[in-house]
Amino acid sequence: MEVQLSGFLSSAAGGVQSVELTGETVGELLTSLELRYPSLRDAIEQGVAVAVNGEIYRDRRDQPIPPGAEVFLLPRLAGG
Amino acid sequence: MPYETAYTNQGFNLVGSRVNRPDGIDKVTGRAKYGADVNAAGQLVAKVLRSPHAHALIKKIDTSKAAKLPGVKAIVTGDDFPDHTGGNRSMMDILENCMARGRALYDGHAVAAVAAIDGETADKALKLIKVTYKKLPHVTDVDAAMAEGAPIIHDWVRTAGVQPAPTTASNVAQRSEFGHGDVEAGFAQADIVVEKTFKTEQTHQGYIEPHACLAQLGPDGSGELWVTTQGHFTFRNVCSTLLGLDVAKLKVTSSEIGGGFGGKTHVWTEPVALQLSRKANRPVKLVMTRDEVFRASGPTSSTSIDVKIGAKKNGRITAATAELRYQSGAFPGMWAMFGAMTSFACYDLKNVKSVGYDVLVNRPKVAAYRAPSAPMAAFGVESVMDMLAAELGMDAVEFRIKNAAKKGTKASYGPIYGPIGIGPTLQAVKDHPHMKRRLGKNQGRGMACGFWFNFGGQTCTDLNIGVDGSVNLTVGTVDVGGSRASLALIAAEELGIDYDQVRVTIGDTNSLGHNDTTEGSRGTFSSGMATIFAARNAIEVLKQRAAATWDIPVDQVVWEAGEARAKGKQNSNLPPLTLKEIAAKSPRTGGPIAGHNEVVADGAGVSFASHLVDVEVDPETGSTRVLRYTVIQDAGKAIHPDYVEGQFQGGAAQGIGWALNEEYIYGDDGCLQNPGFLDYRIPVCSDLPFIDTQILEIPNPNHPYGVRGVGETSIVPPLAAIGNAVSNAVGVRMNHVPMSPPRILKAIEDAAG
Repeated sequence: MEVQLSGFLSSAAGGVQSVELTGETVGELLTSLELRYPSLRDAIEQGVAVAVNGEIYRDRRDQPIPPGAEVFLLPRLAGG
Repeated sequence: MPYETAYTNQGFNLVGSRVNRPDGIDKVTGRAKYGADVNAAGQLVAKVLRSPHAHALIKKIDTSKAAKLPGVKAIVTGDDFPDHTGGNRSMMDILENCMARGRALYDGHAVAAVAAIDGETADKALKLIKVTYKKLPHVTDVDAAMAEGAPIIHDWVRTAGVQPAPTTASNVAQRSEFGHGDVEAGFAQADIVVEKTFKTEQTHQGYIEPHACLAQLGPDGSGELWVTTQGHFTFRNVCSTLLGLDVAKLKVTSSEIGGGFGGKTHVWTEPVALQLSRKANRPVKLVMTRDEVFRASGPTSSTSIDVKIGAKKNGRITAATAELRYQSGAFPGMWAMFGAMTSFACYDLKNVKSVGYDVLVNRPKVAAYRAPSAPMAAFGVESVMDMLAAELGMDAVEFRIKNAAKKGTKASYGPIYGPIGIGPTLQAVKDHPHMKRRLGKNQGRGMACGFWFNFGGQTCTDLNIGVDGSVNLTVGTVDVGGSRASLALIAAEELGIDYDQVRVTIGDTNSLGHNDTTEGSRGTFSSGMATIFAARNAIEVLKQRAAATWDIPVDQVVWEAGEARAKGKQNSNLPPLTLKEIAAKSPRTGGPIAGHNEVVADGAGVSFASHLVDVEVDPETGSTRVLRYTVIQDAGKAIHPDYVEGQFQGGAAQGIGWALNEEYIYGDDGCLQNPGFLDYRIPVCSDLPFIDTQILEIPNPNHPYGVRGVGETSIVPPLAAIGNAVSNAVGVRMNHVPMSPPRILKAIEDAAG
C-alpha cells in the first residue's frame, strides 16, 4: 500500500512524502515503516497517529487496514 | 478489535434526557473535596522559591540558613532531582521545568522549595535561601526570538523538520509543513488574493482552582498523591519516571477539579511535593498561589501568523497558505504543528500549504488549552475568509458554504474525510433566527468556523452490582465537565434501570487499569464506550444467573427492560427476573455480579463548529459588548444535552475573554506584569450575554451511540467570529488579539490617519 507522510515525520524520513509498504494492520505497517526508515524509530516510539480512510487511530495497533485504503501517517495528537 | 464499536442506531429511553447532576449537591454545599481540601496527620506545608529573572545562570544556591530555621523539615533544589529519564528529552524538559537545573529560564521558574511545619515558617525559609544569579539576555516575543542575533534559549536545540539537518542552535525547535497541490499555480488562477498578518497574545486557561496536591512518599519508594488533575494515571506515570519509582507503588487519587481546560494535563509542582515528602518522610501539601499559577503553570502560545487566500470571482478558493509562528515557552513544543494542521481543515482546497514554527522564548512552558493551537490559526484564516468574501461581494456564510469540506474532501492536513459536520453547521447558521436580528449603530455581526480532531485512547471501567440492585460504576477518566451524569445515563440505559440507581466514582490509580488523561474531548466518548461494554458484560452474568435459577440454557434468556426473560413457549411459565431480584440472590448464585472493560477507544472522529456573534463597540472608549452569541456544533449524539450545551457555552465564554481582554503582559525586563485576576481580566457573568446553542446530531460511525467529543471545538471559532464582528462594527480590520479597548481605539485612529 502507499503510505503518505507529512510534517516532521516526512522530514525525519529524509523528505519522503509517500512510501510503498506492506502490512495488514496499523501495527504491521509501523513495523515495516521503521524497518525501512530507522530514523523514524524515535518518532514512532514516542507516538504517531495513522489515518486509515480518513479515520485517525492513535493507539489501536490491531486496527485492520483494508486493501486499497488511503493511509496517512500523522503526528500524534494532544488535546486540552 | 475486541468489541463492536460501530454505530447501531439503537433507540434510547434515558440517553438524551436532562437528569440532575450527581455531584451537584456536594458542590453547592461545599462537601466536594478539591485539591486543597484534604489534609494528613503531621503534614508539612511546601512553598516554592521562584526566579525573579527572565533568564539567568544560577551560580549558587545557599540553603544553609533556611535549613537551620526551626520548623523547616526539608529543602530541595535541582540537585535533589537526579536524572531518571534514561535520556528521554521530553521527560527531562518536564523535570527541568518543575525545578531549574543551573539556569532559570523564565520569570517564575522554580529554583528551590521548602517543606516546613506551617506556611509562615516556609515563607520565612524562602527568604533565607540565597540564590546568586548571573542575568542572561532574554527574549519573550515570538518574532524577536526567531530573528537573527536573538538570545538562544537552549544551545542543544536544532530545528527539527528541516533538510539538511541544521548544525547550529536555534530557538526554532521544529518546522512542520502540511498541504497538497501547487499553491503558486493556485494563486496565479485567483482573481482576488487577500493577505494579512495577525498576532494573538498569550492567555491562561484561567481555571479557578489553583494547582494543589498532598504528597506522601516514604523512603521505601511507596507513596500516595492526592491532586487536582485531568489525568491521575498520567501524573502517576510521569512522577514515577521523574523520581525513579515503580509505577505500581505510587497511588494517585484525583480530587474534584475546579477547571483544567488542558492546563491540568501536565505536572508542575507534584514531583517537587513528592520529593520534599521523601526527604522529610512526612506528608507535604503544596498549593500554588494565583501568582504562581500565572507565572509557572502552562498558558497557551502567543502567536504571529501570516495568511494568504486567493479565489476566483465565482467564490471558489484556488489556493491558501499560512505561516504560523507559535512560542512554546522555554521548552520545545508542538503547538505550531497543531496550528498548521488545523488552520484550513474546514475547507475543500485543491492547493494549500501551512507551515508551523515552534519557537522557544523565556516564558513558562506552554500547555494545552482546549483544542490547543486551533483558535489562533482560525483567527487568521477566518478573518481572511471574511475579508475575501467582502472583496468578492459575497455573503460570508455563502462563501464558506461554497468552499466547505465534505465527505471525500482531502483534508489540508492530509487524509480524506469521512462523514463530517461543517456543512450542516454552516447551513444552520444561515437558517438561524439570529441572522435576522437587525443591527444598530456601532454594532457588527461576525461568524467563523472551527475544527478540532478529538481522540479516544486507553480506557478501563468497572461496573459492580450491589445486592440491592444499585450499581457502582468506576471509571478512570476525571470528570471535568459532567461525565459522571452521562456515564450513569449510559449504564442505566444498558441495564434497563433508573438513572438514580447508578453511582459513578472516579477510581484511583490502584483500582483500575491505565486510563488516559481527560483531554482531546475524550471523557464521555471513551469512558462511555467502555461503560457500554462493561454493562453488556454484566448483563451476560445476569443472564447466566437467571438461566441457572430457571435451570434452562443461557441462550434461552434475553435481557429486556431491566429484566431477564425466558424465551420460547417451553419457558412461558417462567416469570421475568428483574435486576434487583437477581442481585438479591447473587450471594448464593455465584457471588458478586460485575462487568469490566478495557478498550482503546479510537475512532473519535473530527469535530466542526460554526459560531455567530453580534457586538457593539463604543467608539469613544473602544469597549466591546457582546450582544448575542450562538454556537452550532455537531455532537454526534448528546448523551446529556445540558452538559453538551455547557461545553459549547464554556468554550464560547473563554473565547470571548481571549478575544477581548485576556493577555499576558511582559515588561522589558522579561517579567510578567499582570499575574492576577485583577490585571488579567477573564469575563464574568455581567460581561456575557446568554450564549445560545444548537446541537446537531450527526452520528459518529465509530461509537455504538454515535457520540463525538464536544469539549474543545467550541473555543476555536470565537476569536475569529468576534474579530469579524468587531471589524464590521468599527469598519477597520482587527488583526491583534485581544481586541482590548486601547487596541480598538488605536486601530480606529490609525485608519482615520
